[in-house]
Amino acid sequence: MDLTKVDKILEHHKNDRAMLVAILQDVQDEFRYLPKEVLNYVSQKLEIPIPEIYNVATFYKAFSLKPQGKHICSVCMGTACHVRGAPVILETMKSHLKIEPGQTTPDNKFTLKTVNCVGACAVGPVADIDGVQYDNLTARNAITLLKKIGKE
Amino acid sequence: MANTIKSWADLKSLETKLNKGKDPKQRWIAVCIGPGCRVYGCLEVYEALKQEMQKQGVGQIPVKGTGCHGFCERGTLLVIYPEGIFYSRVKVDDIPEIVEQTIKNNQIVERLCCVDPKTNQKIVYEKDIPFYKYQKKLITGNNRKIDPTSIEDYIAIGGYSAFAKSLFEMTPDQVISEVKTAGLRGRGGGGFAAARKWESSRKAQGDPKYIICNADEGDPGAFMDRSIMEGNPHSVIEGMLIGAYAVGSSNGYVYIRHEYPLALQYATIAINQAREYGLLGENILGSDFSFDIKISRGGGAFVAGESSALMQSIEGRVAEPRAKYVHMAEHGLYNKPTVLNNVETWANVPLIINMGSKEYTKIGTENSKGTKIFSLVGKINNTGLVEVPMGVTLRQIIYDIGGGIKQGKKFKAVQTGGPSGGVLPADKLDLAVDFDRLTEAGSMMGSGGMIVMDEDNCMVDVAKYFITFLQEESCGKCVPCREGLKRMLEILNKITDGKGEESDMQTLDDLSDLLADGSLCGLGNTAQNPVLSTIKYFRNEYEAHIRDKKCPAKVCKALIKFQINKEKCTGCNLCLKNCPSNAITGQPKQKTYEIHQNKCVKCGICYDVCKFDAVIKE
Repeated sequence: MDLTKVDKILEHHKNDRAMLVAILQDVQDEFRYLPKEVLNYVSQKLEIPIPEIYNVATFYKAFSLKPQGKHICSVCMGTACHVRGAPVILETMKSHLKIEPGQTTPDNKFTLKTVNCVGACAVGPVADIDGVQYDNLTARNAITLLKKIGKE
Repeated sequence: MANTIKSWADLKSLETKLNKGKDPKQRWIAVCIGPGCRVYGCLEVYEALKQEMQKQGVGQIPVKGTGCHGFCERGTLLVIYPEGIFYSRVKVDDIPEIVEQTIKNNQIVERLCCVDPKTNQKIVYEKDIPFYKYQKKLITGNNRKIDPTSIEDYIAIGGYSAFAKSLFEMTPDQVISEVKTAGLRGRGGGGFAAARKWESSRKAQGDPKYIICNADEGDPGAFMDRSIMEGNPHSVIEGMLIGAYAVGSSNGYVYIRHEYPLALQYATIAINQAREYGLLGENILGSDFSFDIKISRGGGAFVAGESSALMQSIEGRVAEPRAKYVHMAEHGLYNKPTVLNNVETWANVPLIINMGSKEYTKIGTENSKGTKIFSLVGKINNTGLVEVPMGVTLRQIIYDIGGGIKQGKKFKAVQTGGPSGGVLPADKLDLAVDFDRLTEAGSMMGSGGMIVMDEDNCMVDVAKYFITFLQEESCGKCVPCREGLKRMLEILNKITDGKGEESDMQTLDDLSDLLADGSLCGLGNTAQNPVLSTIKYFRNEYEAHIRDKKCPAKVCKALIKFQINKEKCTGCNLCLKNCPSNAITGQPKQKTYEIHQNKCVKCGICYDVCKFDAVIKE
């Protein structure tokens, strides 16, 4: 594990323990999850007890303690998407990928997540795959979409 | 720095310089690159337009990529000014024709125009489109005039002049009094009088004082703050500057939700530009007033939108709310006096100073002044962002602006106020929308989500949706909220599973009282609203689930079954191929398809994929 990257992040935030959420966000951006070694390292460096770090790391949805798949697919479960059929989209994706939300496929290609709202309410149901939002999903086009992205 | 504006005179002369030689009749083109249009691929349209204009020799005509125009349903939107020729659903392939026909030869490309649903006539101009005609776009109107990444665009339309006026012509007390007279109420949820917070914070002892902009727009189904942040971020910064001057603060924070990466990017650009132009930092405009803004990113927790929890999050901790008897205005961030308002509230502040409270109070109702932005979404024809004066009726919003219900279905309910709000039925359509009327009706204004539902939506399912959401997002600090919501969800699950009992509605009612009385923050205090309002207005649906074991809207899985209509089935095999539980059998091209109820998990995929309406829900 390359901890020099973590040093840079800590330096950027001036080793300030009040910046813990921001530091963990940068770690998450860098490693795409929060590796245990890094959390221990941050704990030592900032003199924050490890339970406190886990308290923050498990409280916020943006953090993941497990490595993520190559593609992160977040199905929007916001109200507007819900009333326009988001539950069916989630069911479809679950059955196509054969995983539950929060899990990663065994080939590490996809991580399936749910998100409470991505603010694209006018064009729902929406899923965000690797930062790109796909609108007006149906069970049919959701499967086509996953197949297409899976080939990349 | 070269661009630094050192005085009010500098600001005025920059504004004059930027507008010099600008002919109001000059042609320019706005392409909406807001959140809705972005999903439709507006960035490609925007790039293609710029290239095509070069190619056809009209590259000198300015093209702007602007923030959200509101009419998301019809994206990508392209408007040609000064006439205001409005093209919707524009694709890359349409671009050569638009440039050739309209931009070069003043001909209208009719197929890209909207159609008036009443007369079936094509509508050429933006101002004539019903969706826009009934709106009053005081806050969002500038979105289409400016490039959100350009501070000069904002200054050119008079940006930062309200701040300069406050700084040089008004005392802090006068600013507060102006905002008070204007009756500005917080647009984030509770509708608390903004000036009262400012006043207490101004009077409070403690240094430094903080100004916070809450851009943690967590209500699902709401995206107005996102659209302001991505469409006109400088208006928010200007509002915060005015607030900071009034309160006597030199430190500001913008707390942006993690799910809005673009808002984060645009806010960062805007803050850096404001700093570069000397509008943030030390001795702003040559005065002795200094103020700067930091950005704090959210971590994906709904409760962090609650003001005291948000401050905990900025401090690097778990976002847990605290008791309300400690006022944030006196003991807020880092235990210092703090004023927190949301994005839309801050964006109203420059408007009040520019218009003057006298003009501002002419808009709206007695106790709710100004306009309110709603995200009009769900089963409605014209989905998008609408800004209307307070006091217009739900009917005007849903039918005149929203164009009614999708696919000619029947209106059932509208949900306002996010998870803390409630559901209002058809007989409330003539309710004048303002803070107090919505609360009286058992809902609330909230941040302005307006989710329209039709006959295919089950009200028990909607209540269950919100309780599922809230019990996941409850931070767990208060037992009534943490445990009460779980028990409510259990009961709702029982009802939608067809195992409901007569006493369940009473138990839900009792639990609701407990939540309202026993929780520290708004999440728990108001969590019962979706349940109570659906019971109040749609008791018959609860009764159908409990007594008849039926879901009238055919949504609740345990109470419905899927079957194949052999008359309509063409044997295309699509349902069988997509069934996750191998519950469908049949031979391709033969009408032998059948759904085996013992294997069916009722996911609804077959219903959704069938192109011939041959799968039926019963």
